[in-house]
Amino acid sequence: MPASTARPSVGLFVTCLVDLMRPSIGFAAVKLIEASGCDVHVPASQTCCGQPAYNSGDKADAAAIARVTIAAFEAFDYVVAPSGSCAGMIKGHYPGLFKGDPAWAKRATLLAAKTYELISFLVDVRGMTKVDADLKIRATYHDSCSGLRELGVKDQPRALLRTVRGLELVEMEDNEVCCGFGGTFSIKYPDISNAMVQKKTDAAGAVKPDLLLAGDLGCLMNMAGKLKRQGSTIQVRHVAEVLAGEMSAPAIADRK
Amino acid sequence: MNPTSHNFKANAAVALDDKQLQAALGNLKGGLVANRARAKAALPEFEALREVAKEIKNHTIANLDLYLETYEKNARAAGAHVHFAETAADARDIILKICRDVDAKIVTKGKSMVSEEIGLNAHLEAAGGIEVVETDLGEYLVQIRHETPSHIIAPAIHLTQAQVEQDFRRLHTHLPKDRVLTQPEQLVDEARKILRQKFMTADVGITGANFLIAETGSSIIVTNEGNGDLTQSLAKTHVVITSIEKLVPTLEDVSTILRLLARSATGQEISTYTTFSTGGRRPGDPDGPINYHVVILDNGRTDLIGTEFQEVLRCIRCGACMNHCPVYSAIGGHAYGWVYPGPIGSVLTPALIGVKEAGNLPNASTFCGKCADVCPMKIPLPKLMRHWREAEFDAGDVPAGYKAGLKAWAYFARRPRLYHLAARLGIPVLSLFNRRGRFAHLPFAGGWTKHRDLPAPQGRTFQQLWADHQAGAR
Repeated sequence: MPASTARPSVGLFVTCLVDLMRPSIGFAAVKLIEASGCDVHVPASQTCCGQPAYNSGDKADAAAIARVTIAAFEAFDYVVAPSGSCAGMIKGHYPGLFKGDPAWAKRATLLAAKTYELISFLVDVRGMTKVDADLKIRATYHDSCSGLRELGVKDQPRALLRTVRGLELVEMEDNEVCCGFGGTFSIKYPDISNAMVQKKTDAAGAVKPDLLLAGDLGCLMNMAGKLKRQGSTIQVRHVAEVLAGEMSAPAIADRK
Repeated sequence: MNPTSHNFKANAAVALDDKQLQAALGNLKGGLVANRARAKAALPEFEALREVAKEIKNHTIANLDLYLETYEKNARAAGAHVHFAETAADARDIILKICRDVDAKIVTKGKSMVSEEIGLNAHLEAAGGIEVVETDLGEYLVQIRHETPSHIIAPAIHLTQAQVEQDFRRLHTHLPKDRVLTQPEQLVDEARKILRQKFMTADVGITGANFLIAETGSSIIVTNEGNGDLTQSLAKTHVVITSIEKLVPTLEDVSTILRLLARSATGQEISTYTTFSTGGRRPGDPDGPINYHVVILDNGRTDLIGTEFQEVLRCIRCGACMNHCPVYSAIGGHAYGWVYPGPIGSVLTPALIGVKEAGNLPNASTFCGKCADVCPMKIPLPKLMRHWREAEFDAGDVPAGYKAGLKAWAYFARRPRLYHLAARLGIPVLSLFNRRGRFAHLPFAGGWTKHRDLPAPQGRTFQQLWADHQAGAR
């Protein structure tokens, strides 16, 4: 694949959750990346970024899975993931997995340098300033932790959301506080996780949005699952779906 | 104190159900968190200071032997008695002996987490028959309730004002029953009157130290109530109990770190009192302790030097990490089961009492990263928690079922073809049971569905749909 054409090549790191649970986010990501002037490729040899192993202290499996990702993506100009958490893993943590293995450490470092979270890639790398989407709705945005604190994703999604015709963006209190997902944390410590997500859905409910958005499917599944359990009518979607105007799939945890 | 960190989950469940505690924790956000944000915003060089402070401590720890020797020499020259305690038991024995040597009956104490770490009060009371009185208001409240601090700078943050009033009425029975105790100031006044008597009669005053300065041989306490100063200056003997990582090379270095400490802790520019002690009373001094002892505890800290956990030794005990931690905010400090709660406790506790006892603590984090973000000393707390998880995993201390699940998943995740084959087969099966777009119950997902629904998969995997899409486009 030529690296120096006018249209850079982007390897889409779909993320395991989007692949398994919500492919519509992947298609929204493809549409947005293409709209930013890139060619999108989806290697079939990708699986997961390896965080379940990495955050469980299993360095050997984390490194083995990282090798799979590196090999699948190193040929592209950019690697883009519709997740701050997975992009943060590749960008911030892959190089450290190969201490004492300079050859793989170098490949990991090179991959890390060209890996981005989707929305910050569109805005910061591709210079996107607006999207072509209509949606008459009142929405609020939750800042997922890894994107916010590891990658500086904060203003980019808001800047693009403001260009969605008809969309009213309202900020909830504590939008930067963790929703309580934390991967395996939500299953290992369900009671604490529940206390955290309850604060989050309370904060969201207080600004009476129709739609709750974020950039990470893990957080979204957590918040949507809680809202449904509470009987809330707030819909939950990935921010890419709104920005791409891809609203045909039911909202997360909805049937229609 | 006997740790209950192994019981963390049960402790947390109790805390989550405790309405009083939840009400008290609700005050964190508007108080310490908001105050710090204001203080930080008002100091443009805050971020630059963090970097300088980090380097000061890194340099100190890298040259700890040199600075400990320098400190000891200069402190002795100023008249201090310097004691090194390798273990908690050593420190307890040293302090008990100091108390016995002056025939102490009453000991007053300023706030010291190291004294909690070594279980000092119980030892002085049981082995020495000494009355120990905590004089920091929060510590006093905790002491009269026979509890332990739930926060390193706000020990009674788990209590509501109404609880304090109840305790005072229960214990201070010599005071008029019809006195009014509805305002915080009235509660403080009452505690102050009671503690004043103790200050005047104490034989020994024990404080901690926020810093030891090698250059001058001084110890420093940073306080807001003035109780620390009364503790250390009214008794004939002042004992400082502190730990080796409190060392800094120079006065100049301390001045830098002090600019971060109060702002990070309470949002003050500087604490009300910042008191330097260099030796005891000198000839011609009107007051001050006649004997000045400094007990410097190791208790496993030097073992961290040269390991991946070394960075935790930069901690200046401001408490910002716990104030901002969503887990701490949900469960408070006692659930952590030992002396140091919150993110710093999740790193420090396994180091001090072992990861077997405290393994839950570094696991009970979403790695949201807020703690590292607010830490004035830039300690990468989530990274260090992950290192504990690695140590646990390497030692085989992970629950067998969890490990088996992880290993099975990793087996597939390392093999993309097999992984996608399994996904192509599994996801449609799961989707067969999808009636409402979500599952309220699901076998093997009880941890999740106990409190929330699990969104159902859309039906086919992205890889499948993409392959179709590509075929259609061709």
